[in-house]
Amino acid sequence: MQKILKYVVVDILRSRIVLAYTLFLLLISFSIFNLEDNPEKGLLSLLNLILFIVPLISIIFSTIYFYNSSEFIELMVSQPIKRKSIWLSLFGGLAVSLGVAFFVGAGIPILIYQPNITGFLMIIAGLFLSVIFIAIALLSSVITRDKAKGIGIAILLWLYFAVIFDGLVLFLLFQFADYPLEKVMVGISSLNPIDLSRILILLQLDVSALMGYTGAVFKDFFGTATGITISFSVLILWIVIPVFLSLRKFKSKDL
Amino acid sequence: MIIATNVSKQFGKLKVLDNISVNCNKGECIALIGPNGSGKTTFIKSILGMVVPDSGFITFNGKNIIHDWVYRQHIGYMPQIGRYPENMTIGQVIDMMKDIRHNSTTVLDTDLIEAFNLDKLMQKRMRTLSGGTRQKVSASLAFLFNPDVLILDEPTAGLDPVASEILKDKIIAEKKKGKLVLITSHILSELDDLVTHVIYMNEGKLQFHKSIEKVRTDTGEEKLSKAIASIMSK
Repeated sequence: MQKILKYVVVDILRSRIVLAYTLFLLLISFSIFNLEDNPEKGLLSLLNLILFIVPLISIIFSTIYFYNSSEFIELMVSQPIKRKSIWLSLFGGLAVSLGVAFFVGAGIPILIYQPNITGFLMIIAGLFLSVIFIAIALLSSVITRDKAKGIGIAILLWLYFAVIFDGLVLFLLFQFADYPLEKVMVGISSLNPIDLSRILILLQLDVSALMGYTGAVFKDFFGTATGITISFSVLILWIVIPVFLSLRKFKSKDL
Repeated sequence: MIIATNVSKQFGKLKVLDNISVNCNKGECIALIGPNGSGKTTFIKSILGMVVPDSGFITFNGKNIIHDWVYRQHIGYMPQIGRYPENMTIGQVIDMMKDIRHNSTTVLDTDLIEAFNLDKLMQKRMRTLSGGTRQKVSASLAFLFNPDVLILDEPTAGLDPVASEILKDKIIAEKKKGKLVLITSHILSELDDLVTHVIYMNEGKLQFHKSIEKVRTDTGEEKLSKAIASIMSK
């Protein structure tokens, strides 16, 4: 297992895409912190960028990597290696490389400019988002055989989580404006890891005061230790469930 | 050694394998023959666990191969179309396979690497290789770990006459050591001096599994190609 993991990581690093991603993250993090005189405002701007870019890169890169390594997978499957180790090595290799890229590219600038609990939470959330979207990408690409279709699905999934989901929630809120939806919103937000991370971090910042009554309900839930524990458990589920489903699918896949 | 019992596989509506039952023993050299699309490669892939049958089971040395993976260390597989990570060099691919498969008990068999002169090409990237060189790499990898079973899917397709003669000699040498060799080929003339048994498949069904002497006496033809032709024309 470690051997295959090693080959996957070496292969990913050789493509230099991950390196470019790291440099890109470094560039935007440093420029945002240098543009804003108030580092907390800088963190807020960076948050919005990270919540957009990290899932996008993770899901697209993982999908393309999966299809490009089909030869490698085929070669490994005919060798005396468990399919489970092949699959977990692929997942692990992607998670390690993109996780390190995020940590170096965004984590280090955050630690330099905002070395507090909010900054720390943001790094954790970014790492979680990277891994979650790798897991989702692997699940969607193991199901679809066609490369073009697979990449299309990856883009659609990203659009759904990053844009469409919020639209649907807003629509729901306006339609049911007369009803008390605040508590329901807590539940709904756990259906989207991007939203969940955003809420978790926003509540650590002062801007949460602007979120009105919903913000107060959120603060009641997400502000407490139990709330944070539950939300991180939900984020872990967002990793475990797609990985488990994709592994089950991969074990019986014909190559 | 390898026993397949009622193996069936369907791709969508197409029945690729239909109730195949075969018994392959040590020391045999079995030719898998059949028209294009008769399910030969799918059958081979299901022995390797690359394709999971819908029903039926396959045992290797008495153990069911489903969800098992250890048995594959006894198999050397040469695919019909070798697919390798495109930006690795030949040397890196061979080293990687050694790293993954090698343990202290197996003795590496580098005969084919030397016979094909691959040493000089070690720095070449897989994407730059010609079809024939790719086949040479596949063949070398199949024999490298001294496996008990050799599964060769169209081994000589794309090889030049010299190389395919080298490969044939190697197969005969391994057969003499008592290994099981499963081979598919459309070039029947070159199977004549190799095989001991013939499996004939058509449209996913097993037509017959006989020893070569039996095929010869049944058809009254000495050459395998003529014998098969007379069976096909019936």
